[in-house]
Amino acid sequence: MAQEYRIVLANAGKIDPASLDDYLNAGGYKSLEKVRTMSAKELIDLVRSSKLRGRGGAGFNAGMKWGFVPETAPETYVVCNLDEGEPGTYKDRTIVEADPHLLLEGMAICAHAIRSKQGYIYCRGEYPFVVDHLNRAIEQAKQSGQLGDFNIEVRMGGGAYVCGEETALIESIEGHRGEPRFKPPFPGVAGLWGKPTVVNNVETFANLPAIVKNGSEWFASIGSPNYPGTKVFTLTGDVVNRRPFEVPTNTTIRELIFDLGGGIPNGKAFKAVQIGGTSGAFIPEHLLDTPLDFDSMRDAGITLGTGAVFVMDETRDMVDVVTRIAKFFEHESCGKCNPCREGTFRSYELMKKIKTGQATPSDVENLSTLSKVMTKACLCGLGQAAPTPILTTLEHFSDDYKRRLLAAIS
Amino acid sequence: MDIREIIARYQDKPGGLIEAYHAIQDEFNYLPQEAIREASLAFGISEAQAYGVATFYSYLSVEKRGKYIIRMCESAPCHVAGADELLKALEKTLGIEVGQTTPDGKFTLELAECVGQCQETPVITINSVPYTDMSPDKISAVLAQCT
Repeated sequence: MAQEYRIVLANAGKIDPASLDDYLNAGGYKSLEKVRTMSAKELIDLVRSSKLRGRGGAGFNAGMKWGFVPETAPETYVVCNLDEGEPGTYKDRTIVEADPHLLLEGMAICAHAIRSKQGYIYCRGEYPFVVDHLNRAIEQAKQSGQLGDFNIEVRMGGGAYVCGEETALIESIEGHRGEPRFKPPFPGVAGLWGKPTVVNNVETFANLPAIVKNGSEWFASIGSPNYPGTKVFTLTGDVVNRRPFEVPTNTTIRELIFDLGGGIPNGKAFKAVQIGGTSGAFIPEHLLDTPLDFDSMRDAGITLGTGAVFVMDETRDMVDVVTRIAKFFEHESCGKCNPCREGTFRSYELMKKIKTGQATPSDVENLSTLSKVMTKACLCGLGQAAPTPILTTLEHFSDDYKRRLLAAIS
Repeated sequence: MDIREIIARYQDKPGGLIEAYHAIQDEFNYLPQEAIREASLAFGISEAQAYGVATFYSYLSVEKRGKYIIRMCESAPCHVAGADELLKALEKTLGIEVGQTTPDGKFTLELAECVGQCQETPVITINSVPYTDMSPDKISAVLAQCT
């Protein structure tokens, strides 16, 4: 039976998130004190050898990312991505609501590694109450001197999904339209205001205090060897326990949904699960024994993404759900690059045609070709991942499509 | 507070334009034309650029809106939990369609993508306060709290 293992949610429900004393009594800010006795290089080596990989979706080694920041850079920034806009995801809100100082400490640890004096938390516009909550915690940390000369400011987004992409997020902090930049240069070299910048997800920062405290070997020994540690998953849809779970990364999808999640309600059967948010793959029953780590998921042709777990029972029609998702991407495409702007528009048009029984097999062929082109030709992750729900439902749930096409012929 | 005074609070903040827009909306619930013009002057950008930022983000509106902005999430987890029926019921109760404001200026109804409360779907927010596990029969009680 799979069990929870809490690192980033270790204090959740045990301390009063509004109380700095509670956090200090639970050992808070001790890791930050410890890193101040270390050199930047020692700290980066520690994080790199812990094999902590980014928890925002891309799965890049965090220590390596920090290592891209030039040692001689006079001005650098630490940016926290709290823009969690992937439908079905509420993990970062959960972490910050339960333990705001954990995030601040994690960011200050990163600041030591890249010699930064200024951090930004980019919080999604849907969470104004989280902005207030964080500002209170920052004030407490400043007043008590915990953060030293590191300053953190919270910036609120405006409800644009694309701002979860790190360069679009940087544009938005700069006060511009949130359109992604061309890469390279990567933010580690030229990010916020053209200065070297590390952008990490909330959950990535939140892992740092425990890694500093317990050592890289401890962390590297938890879960799957290539993507060690834990991952916070948020369950939604047709599942009994719709709440966050933090589990070691060698937990399987099946264990998460059926052991911890309690399975499918109302005696119905499982049909599909979409993991990683609305740009994630639709996963059929036969892949449920895949471990929830980045590489195992990728090898199975699916994605880990942000940690959203959207379960659908046997009554759900994949064409209906994917049409809704296609509308989401048509709305959220920022319009900067043609393959995404036109591609998401045409994908939605074709999905509506299929849903209303007016499509021919050649429409489905065109949809499949367009989807494959988008994965290669779009500028940023939004457009590249937008076709994933279409491609994976065409692969694993083709009957739902065929049924609609037959209706068109008769 | 005057629009110019609000903008002045953010004028010296790097990238403060969006912060200024949020603060203006807190006061007026939308961005009046004057706000775009004043912001362009204060931040040294063209009016077109200031308008471009204002219209990029779904939380910012250049159209006048009601006192209470109801946003209904239509993302996939809310969709399968009955968002369509909820939307129909909201439109019927308010007597308006999505994108409109009630004649008394009290309510504006908008669609939203995920608001991050997917543990209890479907979800609406009223002036950013989430109401989870919504259903058509709960609408009257929720709206009654808006006075």
